[in-house]
Amino acid sequence: MSRAGLVRTAIVVAAVAALELAARGGLLRAGVAVPPSEVAAKLWSILRAGDANADLAETLGNVALACGLALVAGFSLGAVVHGLPRLRRALDPFLASYYALPFFAFYPVLIVVLGIGRLPIVAIGFMFAVVAMMVATLNGFDRIPRALPRTARVWRMGPVRTALKIKLPSAAPHLFTGIKLAVAYAFIGVIAAEFIMATSGLGYAIAYAFNNYDNRTMYALMLLLLGIVVVVNGVLHGAEQRLLARRRAR
Amino acid sequence: MTVRPLTRPAAATAPHEIHARLAGVTRTYGAVGGRGGVHALGPVDIALRRGEFYSVIGPSGCGKSTLLDVLSGLSRPSAGTIVFEGRPVDGAVPDGVGVVFQEDASFPWMTVRDNIGFGLRENGVDAAEIGRRVDAALALMGLRDFAAAYPPQLSGGMRQRVCIARTLVMQPRLILLDEPFGALDAQTRLIMGDELLRVWRETGATVMLITHALDEAAMLSDRIGVMSARPGRILAEIETGWPRERDSRIAADPGFGAVTSRLWGLLREESLRAIGAQAPAGADRA
Amino acid sequence: MPTRLLDTLLVLAVGLLAWQGVHWLAPDAVTSPAGTVARAAEMLASPRFWPHAGETAWAFALSLVFAIGGGLAIGLPLGLHRFSAEVGEPILVSLYSLPKITLYPVILLVFGLGLSAKVAFGTIHGLVPVAIFAMNGVLALPPVYARAARALRLSRWRTLAAVLAPAAVPEIVTGVRIGFSVTLLGVFIGEMFSSQRGLGFLLMNAIGLHDVPTMLAIILMVGAFAVTANAALLALEHRLHHRPA
Repeated sequence: MSRAGLVRTAIVVAAVAALELAARGGLLRAGVAVPPSEVAAKLWSILRAGDANADLAETLGNVALACGLALVAGFSLGAVVHGLPRLRRALDPFLASYYALPFFAFYPVLIVVLGIGRLPIVAIGFMFAVVAMMVATLNGFDRIPRALPRTARVWRMGPVRTALKIKLPSAAPHLFTGIKLAVAYAFIGVIAAEFIMATSGLGYAIAYAFNNYDNRTMYALMLLLLGIVVVVNGVLHGAEQRLLARRRAR
Repeated sequence: MTVRPLTRPAAATAPHEIHARLAGVTRTYGAVGGRGGVHALGPVDIALRRGEFYSVIGPSGCGKSTLLDVLSGLSRPSAGTIVFEGRPVDGAVPDGVGVVFQEDASFPWMTVRDNIGFGLRENGVDAAEIGRRVDAALALMGLRDFAAAYPPQLSGGMRQRVCIARTLVMQPRLILLDEPFGALDAQTRLIMGDELLRVWRETGATVMLITHALDEAAMLSDRIGVMSARPGRILAEIETGWPRERDSRIAADPGFGAVTSRLWGLLREESLRAIGAQAPAGADRA
Repeated sequence: MPTRLLDTLLVLAVGLLAWQGVHWLAPDAVTSPAGTVARAAEMLASPRFWPHAGETAWAFALSLVFAIGGGLAIGLPLGLHRFSAEVGEPILVSLYSLPKITLYPVILLVFGLGLSAKVAFGTIHGLVPVAIFAMNGVLALPPVYARAARALRLSRWRTLAAVLAPAAVPEIVTGVRIGFSVTLLGVFIGEMFSSQRGLGFLLMNAIGLHDVPTMLAIILMVGAFAVTANAALLALEHRLHHRPA
């Protein structure tokens, strides 16, 4: 591990230890703070008993679906809009304001339109993620050196082949930023939607535990979610570093 | 070192056979419905002879790069005609034309070997043939030891070699180079110039080089077209009369000073005009 | 440019038309644009609306102050010290991508119902992006700035205050713009779940009563506010990014 990684780990470990001591020493109100060791033990028992498996599978499925759709749609939309400068200029103000919208407020409307179930949840995750990917694609395509698509024209490559074989890899570092954001946003969208008004899924399970004063389970599920997000981020970060390693100047 | 030729050597042809011709070519940018816009180029008439090394030199912003764009088919002229090997060029790059850009156009996500073979793969050439041509190009451009490297690990000069090799494997009969050494340092430019001459001799291709460097044009060319300030026209065409076997040491030839001083005589006024009356920025390379 | 404005309005018109279309397909589920605007106007004229709007505005203003202040206090020092940034960045990014809504129960347990919970929730949303952008803004500055400051023998503090912070302002404004949006989102969500006052409470109330026109009117008003503020900050950002050298 790098020196920065070691220091980072040390900081996280120290924070967890401090929380443990504070909770055990009675510095924090009992019930509010559960010592991390007990949270971990609770999570272990939940995982062993398989109590959260159904919710977890559903949430991960929703995230994967929302995210996959958002990546394909976001890249395609970005690539098409990039080729139509007039449409792009007209869309720019909307794209820039998109994430200013309070999305979850739409969720009840989506339920009314799409019905209860997976669909509105996946729709929220998708809506939350797709524009990040689209904007990243536009940014990435903007930064493709002009000589690259021109080279493709010298070789008489068509627009779709040029987009997939020249523009996609050339813009890959920016697209990766989009992928990371889209994954994070799909998680946020899906979990929040589940939390607000679903009847299953990890977000719902956390809200349910909270409403039933079962803080131990609540913290354990939060820890599970945190672990998943950190692992997914770590995997993406590693893949990105491998991609960038070759591209670094000497 | 013997290297398998990358291009069929030029067939014994009649002297001064015309390989490509621009006639009355102009280019205007940003004109909407016939009003306004920047008149960037022309009218220009150039007749490239098969197998010659022709350079175009001119002050900055005179439309040199625009000239290359329309000749290669990357953009359409506003008026005039372009003919390559007897067929009109209009909005698409014809088979047999290769282009080397000033900017680094190597693909940072591919090894040098994959970069050089990419155009062949895209055009459906079979793998064995690709291997043969790529090996020959690696040897010709002195890239053999770097075949497995990625372009970002190489110097600017080496990256430009990759781009030239990538163009050569397509066996172009007309090679267009848009200030290919513009981003390189002075010594590297000289060496790259010599290599370009060697490639030109070994492939038998017709070469058109866009440059703003007097000595580069004088050193490398059979003929030099001197362009005016914007909108660029050909002011004069100068024959250098160098032998086909030559390299950068030609600069020591007494005739060399005569060529450069003639070029500067023609260009000085134009360069002053170009600096003094800078046209709206960016239009030339837009 | 007039064509550009026209194109933008055209896109807006297509959006409204789509909205209207959905209304025609499902008249009970979605109020028409005109009906929504009418309901919004009605609410704006009602004296019962304003205390709620004021409550949300106050909570939002407090959250924003904490988010920006805290974000700069964390981000700028990290940006100055490359190693600290290397240590801190993945932590910040992980926090940013965490679905913060799940932390809401903890906030409620700690702060109880009321203004402080809303403010805390808004703050944790906005603080991280401000910190990330401030950090990256300082990190991305050309090293020659710091070297020039050293050549002028500026103190560490003066280097930050007079050279690096002003040079990083465009990036900081970008962070503030994003922080603004997510802070608003945080406050709004906070109100939806644990408040007896504020626009979020009104929205939740409307959802409970299946009062679709009111739901859409509140979303429209909050959305319009967010988009307008975002556009103003974006315009500022553009001016800063393209300021004459």
